[in-house]
Amino acid sequence: MEIGLSHYLTVAAMLFTLGVFGIFVNRKNVIVILMSVELILLAVNVNLVAFSTSAGDLVGQIFALLILTVAAAEAAIGLAILVVFYRNRGSIAVEDINVMKG
Amino acid sequence: MSSTVAAVPALGPALPEIVLALGALALVLIGAIRGDRSTGLVNAITVALIAAAGVMVAMQGGGKVSTFNGAFVVDGFARFMKLAMLIGAAVALVMAGDYMRKEKVHQFEFPILVLLSTLGMMLMISANDLIAVYLGLELSSLSLYVIAAIRRDDVRSTEAGLKYFVLGALSSGMLLYGASLIYGFTGSVSFAGIAKALQGEAGTGAIFGLVFILAGLAFKISAVPFHMWTPDVYEGAPTPVTAFFAAAPKVAAIALLVRVVMTAFPGITGQWQQIVVFIAIASMGLGAFAAIGQRNIKRLLAYSSIGHVGFALVGLAAGTAGGVQGVATYMAIYLVMTLGSFAVLLSMERDGEYVETIDDLAGLGRTDPVMAFVFAMLLFSLAGIPPLAGFFAKWYVFAAAVEAKLYALAVIGVLTSVVGTYYYLRLVKIMYFDEPKAAFEPAGGVVRAVVLASGAFVFLFWLWPAPLVNAAGAAAKSLF
Repeated sequence: MEIGLSHYLTVAAMLFTLGVFGIFVNRKNVIVILMSVELILLAVNVNLVAFSTSAGDLVGQIFALLILTVAAAEAAIGLAILVVFYRNRGSIAVEDINVMKG
Repeated sequence: MSSTVAAVPALGPALPEIVLALGALALVLIGAIRGDRSTGLVNAITVALIAAAGVMVAMQGGGKVSTFNGAFVVDGFARFMKLAMLIGAAVALVMAGDYMRKEKVHQFEFPILVLLSTLGMMLMISANDLIAVYLGLELSSLSLYVIAAIRRDDVRSTEAGLKYFVLGALSSGMLLYGASLIYGFTGSVSFAGIAKALQGEAGTGAIFGLVFILAGLAFKISAVPFHMWTPDVYEGAPTPVTAFFAAAPKVAAIALLVRVVMTAFPGITGQWQQIVVFIAIASMGLGAFAAIGQRNIKRLLAYSSIGHVGFALVGLAAGTAGGVQGVATYMAIYLVMTLGSFAVLLSMERDGEYVETIDDLAGLGRTDPVMAFVFAMLLFSLAGIPPLAGFFAKWYVFAAAVEAKLYALAVIGVLTSVVGTYYYLRLVKIMYFDEPKAAFEPAGGVVRAVVLASGAFVFLFWLWPAPLVNAAGAAAKSLF
């Protein structure tokens, strides 16, 4: 079987869906949410690189490189905020992020 | 791809951004060397830099210039929105000084992060391809996540930062997924290229991409159904930070949304119009009803801002130059009203503590008649009662919607605006007719000046609306 564009797009769509569900269904741990966010960004990268190779256009791969860079910064900031939150609350369970409601 | 060495792009159009970027780097150095003693200095330089950027934007002359291979564009619309956004950022920063000193969150990082997010927002407003959109959006969002959690020892502030981060990261993920689909199905990331590929009919893939991009942007402007973070972040973040959130990023994100749908998707107006109409109705409705039960003024203003974004989107839904003019006018007037309201909130200090529930306003009409009168005017204006500025803001967007034959949308807008009037009037009633509490401590000079200036603007706007409305009209024309 020839592996073509549609296969890559399907994989990326599955990764993206897993990431979104990981954020909404997960009730345990904020770290899992950070991992889900990374999963979403990786799905986007798979998409971009697949489109870029099939169209023979480099812009998509440049976009993917920029996303990788920004994702690293995003993960760093997310973990830093998580650390200060843990110091105040003593927990990083998703159900404990509930001081403000309504 | 040519094999020649790429020429250095023209840097002139991006001069204000370059000044802000270099300034931010220099300020990090100053802060790193002198520590928290330098906060006052860093704050002053930041305001000066933002003001300088504003002057440069205003001096950029007419016409449309693009640079960086068409990724960055400066036109009338960008100039108008940038000026509004810079004014919002500078005023929020100036107001923050007193509060941050009293609450002992006097870190030099705060003004620098505000500066970086301002820079990101300027890039957003000028973005002309999907890569520039993403980079500008992330530069501003990453800084905003950190300043939401700037009070490191406060559980509400850090929780606000965490919630904002998680939902913001999800929204950038959705925006990116949409961007990748649009790139794949149109073969281009530049707005002009996308518009060329999507003339008349669009395939399913491109429609999916459009939906994801709009979902990601709806998060940033806090439109329903992606508004969940707004009340919590507004309540948890320190008040000056909330004032900044309510002013500058909203203007920038609305500007970005307008530019994306108007210049990248003009060929499939029918498709995005449905989505914009839906989120406009949902936002206006939620903004009107959900604010009714709120006791915390910041939370109430959060729901009010959701509603106001809905009203601004009514103008966008029209999809005409008149509609965009309405959106630009609306955002400029909304900016003044929201800065004034937060200035009132920042002057509510009693026994050395800032208070923020609506009952704390009781009897303000007797203890501080000037402040109460101005706040009442601001609230009437937010509700859209003539002849105050907020009425004209709504007038322009509803007129554009009626002209575009979106009668149902305009009628729903007027009805939700009537419902919204209830909770604004309740605040006025509490200020004037409830038993007075102890008077607030006298507000700082800057905060008082912002209150009076915004009050004067909303009160006297009808005398001389032409400059703002004409500027917005010229801005809107540059997109068509």
